Amino acid sequence: MDALIAQLQRQFRDYTISLYQQGFLDDQFTELKKLQDDGSPDFVSEVLSLFFEDCVKLISNMARALDTTGTVDFSQVGASVHQLKGSSSSVGAKRVKTLCVSFKECCEAKNYEGCVRCLQQVDIEYKALKTKLQDMFNLEKQIIQAGGIVPQVDIN
Amino acid sequence: MVCEMETDQIEEMDVEVLSSMWPEDVGTEADKQFNVEKPAGDLDTLKEVTIETRTIADMTRLPNLLNSTHQGSSQLTNLVKQWEYMQDNAVRLLKEELKNLDRQREEAEAKELKIIEEYKFESNEPENVPVLDETSDLFRRFRQKKRDALVDSKKIEIYEEFDTVAYWKQKALSLEKMLEASTERERRLMEKLSESLKTMESQSAPVQELTQNLKRAEGFLHFILQNAPIVMGHQDKDLRYLFIYNKYPSLREQDILGKTDVEIFHGGGVKESEDFKREVLEKGKASKREITFTTDLFGSKTFLIYVEPVYNKAGEKIGINYMGMEVTDQVVKREKMAKLREDNAVRKAMESELNKTIHITEETMRAKQMLATMSHEIRSPLSGVVGMAEILSTTKLDKEQRQLLNVMISSGDLVLQLINDILDLSKVESGVMRLEATKFRPREVVKHVLQTAAASLKKSLTLEGNIADDVPIEVVGDVLRIRQILTNLISNAIKFTHEGNVGIKLQVISEPSFVRDNALNADTEEHEQNGLTETSVWICCDVWDTGIGIPENALPCLFKKYMQASADHARKYGGTGLGLAICKQLVELMGGQLTVTSRVSEGSTFTFILPYKVGRSDDYSDDQDEFSDMADQQSEPDDTAEGYFQFKPLLGSIYSNGGPGISNDFLPHKVMLTSPIKLINGFVADPSNNTGQSEMLQLENGGYMDESKLETSSGHCPESAHQYENGNGRCFSKESESCSSSQASSEGGTLEMESELTVSSHREEEKAETEVKETSKPKILLVEDNKINIMVAKSMMKQLGHTMDIANNGVEAITAINSSSYDLVLMDVCMPVLDGLKATRLIRSYEETGNWNAAIEAGVDISTSENEQVCMRPTNRLPIIAMTANTLAESSEECYANGMDSFISKPVTLQKLRECLQQYLH
Repeated sequence: MDALIAQLQRQFRDYTISLYQQGFLDDQFTELKKLQDDGSPDFVSEVLSLFFEDCVKLISNMARALDTTGTVDFSQVGASVHQLKGSSSSVGAKRVKTLCVSFKECCEAKNYEGCVRCLQQVDIEYKALKTKLQDMFNLEKQIIQAGGIVPQVDIN
Repeated sequence: MVCEMETDQIEEMDVEVLSSMWPEDVGTEADKQFNVEKPAGDLDTLKEVTIETRTIADMTRLPNLLNSTHQGSSQLTNLVKQWEYMQDNAVRLLKEELKNLDRQREEAEAKELKIIEEYKFESNEPENVPVLDETSDLFRRFRQKKRDALVDSKKIEIYEEFDTVAYWKQKALSLEKMLEASTERERRLMEKLSESLKTMESQSAPVQELTQNLKRAEGFLHFILQNAPIVMGHQDKDLRYLFIYNKYPSLREQDILGKTDVEIFHGGGVKESEDFKREVLEKGKASKREITFTTDLFGSKTFLIYVEPVYNKAGEKIGINYMGMEVTDQVVKREKMAKLREDNAVRKAMESELNKTIHITEETMRAKQMLATMSHEIRSPLSGVVGMAEILSTTKLDKEQRQLLNVMISSGDLVLQLINDILDLSKVESGVMRLEATKFRPREVVKHVLQTAAASLKKSLTLEGNIADDVPIEVVGDVLRIRQILTNLISNAIKFTHEGNVGIKLQVISEPSFVRDNALNADTEEHEQNGLTETSVWICCDVWDTGIGIPENALPCLFKKYMQASADHARKYGGTGLGLAICKQLVELMGGQLTVTSRVSEGSTFTFILPYKVGRSDDYSDDQDEFSDMADQQSEPDDTAEGYFQFKPLLGSIYSNGGPGISNDFLPHKVMLTSPIKLINGFVADPSNNTGQSEMLQLENGGYMDESKLETSSGHCPESAHQYENGNGRCFSKESESCSSSQASSEGGTLEMESELTVSSHREEEKAETEVKETSKPKILLVEDNKINIMVAKSMMKQLGHTMDIANNGVEAITAINSSSYDLVLMDVCMPVLDGLKATRLIRSYEETGNWNAAIEAGVDISTSENEQVCMRPTNRLPIIAMTANTLAESSEECYANGMDSFISKPVTLQKLRECLQQYLH
């Protein structure tokens, strides 16, 4: 049992580190983890599910705004991008955040092509992150089920 | 002549013959030699030129000279040789011609003979061959062949013709004719020969021709000389002129000939030329030199002089030939060119130097920027590390763990301090640092600095503060920076002092000379402008110690970055080596001067003088009333005007008296970590001499210690709570007065607390029991539209032990502020409906005017109730912290410009939030 826990823990650690190394997450995610304590044991997953809900909503908003025939309301898209940028920055979704930065630039430049491309990328990116994080949470759950403690991962 | 003959011969003769007769080089040689005689161009042009004899020359002397000198004789021999050559050539040519003719005649005779023979023996075969026909041989051969081929038919013809008399007659006739022609030719040749002989005779007058040549040469020389802008001369061994030619003669012949240069001219350069000529004469080597003459005769002129020695036939020196050409213009031009070139070179050098400097400056700026950025980047995580370590130190630890942790914290603090220093320095250097003008009380600043220093003192030193009576109670300046300087200097002094005293002395001095010299004009203008309300005062501040002192040779590099008096000191005492550099930069930024005097093992004194503005007198007369009130009420000595403080090394006992949570070894780190500014913000100083305790506790409160501890351990707080209960705002404000003036925002803070008190007393009716806690719990408003951000920030606040209200945009924020009182607002900048900047502006306008008119104008719906309006006296300045996504400087500038107090860059972290709360919550 202990061996299983140890293995799971190692797996979890490696997986988390890989997420950081691949740029999916940044230090802000660590901040989030810090905020999770006995008082709010599911804080991170709560925030993240809120974040992903937000993503779905914002992305569909943007897609709708960019889909309209005729003149595109870039300011509307920009507002959504700004929201997404703020959220992703807050949860430490680094790749999404980085994309949002260039997305915002495209919006400001009223570059339709760029916006569409960014939107597609953001869509892919947040979904990828979601899968990765779900994997991570699954690992966490497995560890807890096995009776272990989720290890603190030191990124540096 | 020669040419003509040459061409004739080429035409007449075979090439082979010619080459044998004329050596190949003769022709060209002859050309060269005849150059003088035949100058390029037409001879006639020379003849037409009338040669004026403007020269001053001893013509009788010239032939003499020519005869006696080597050159003269060689010239003559040359001419004779030329003539001989010519004659030789002529004779040779004639002989050649004669030979030719002879040969032709021989040929003719031979042919004649042949013809006669043919006539005799082959009379039946007539041949009509032209005697001089060169192709006769060929023709004959041809005929022979023909004859062989047609032998039969011809024979027939011949036989037929031989028989006729007519044929023979005709034959005889033609032969006769041929003979006649031959004789005629011979006669003509004879004539030609005699003619040639005659011409030869006519050429045989050599002297005549030579004379002619000579005349031409002379004429040519004159022609050349006439147009040459030169002076030519010959001087004898004593350098007396024997001959001179000058294109622009200004002296007559008799003035020059027979005299030396020195005798003729007077002025600069004459002697030099004389010496030069003599030198040439002695060395016997021709040379050139440029000599500038300044004579009365022709002013200042530069001549290029060529001097060559002249020898007679026996090889003895008999004098010099000299040639001079005026090159004044050229020299001037050359000098100009040289100067231009030099200037150019200098300019280029300067340019490259400048470029280099620019490059270096740019590099430096970039490096500094980089350093600043990096430092900033390092600071955030590092403060996280140190902060965590501190939290850790409050948990249960065993002795060893605590020791390790202490090392960790102090190392972290040191790095943090270093980074802060670097940031400060680069800020000052890049000119980003702005000075603030706030009213403060120098006495209190000194006292607080000493208190702080005393609190962390580990040695038995006495700290003294001495303020002269003439130092104003309140002055205007950047108190934060001044405090920073003082703290730096004091900690420095303490570090290098092992026993004795460390102190600060303040006194007013007259305007120092360096300022008066520097900006007299600018200053007077300023004075005129502000003269009515404000006057400047120069205060000299000495920070002295009885420490180890600084050796004199280390003084110059003392204020340099990363420099310490010696490597030994650096090892022994540690430190970043930036402190003094920052102090100096700051002092200079504020228009002052930082100096040091020191004696080894006796101590050092750092002195800085700074200008301060003094507020209007009525401003602090009010305050003084207040102070006297306070003094009455508290029946404690009024320390605003007190000029002497002393902190004796008794503090250890105070520590031990302190609450259990404050251990002796924890405190110094705490004090070290938070910069002195924050520290001062953190505590409410007690006017009594109860120095250590209350402020430390308040400090804890400003941080994140459990509040119950505050209440239990502090003997002071219940008292103030009591005052709150009584609603005695007067008393409260008086008590906090002592620290209020130390910083403007802290002054605001006091009022804030006062108003909060009012609010809380309202609430008291509802829940009187928890009233004290309510008061001490700051109210925070978060204005943020992003749900996730709100969630995260809220969670962080919870971690830090605070709760907060949420507003989703600027309008909501204004509504919230209008209906409730807050201690701190965290404001997102970019928000829908009403963004953070505008909202802040409206809030500030409300604070200034007391009404929300501006907000209402902007379209914000404010539901105001009279009651709240009354109790919410909008006199306090609400700290508003911007939360901005981009940390670029211009964005922060914008925040400040719109009335925000500070900003946190997003994403918000626990550390940033904690720092912010530490700074803005009391």
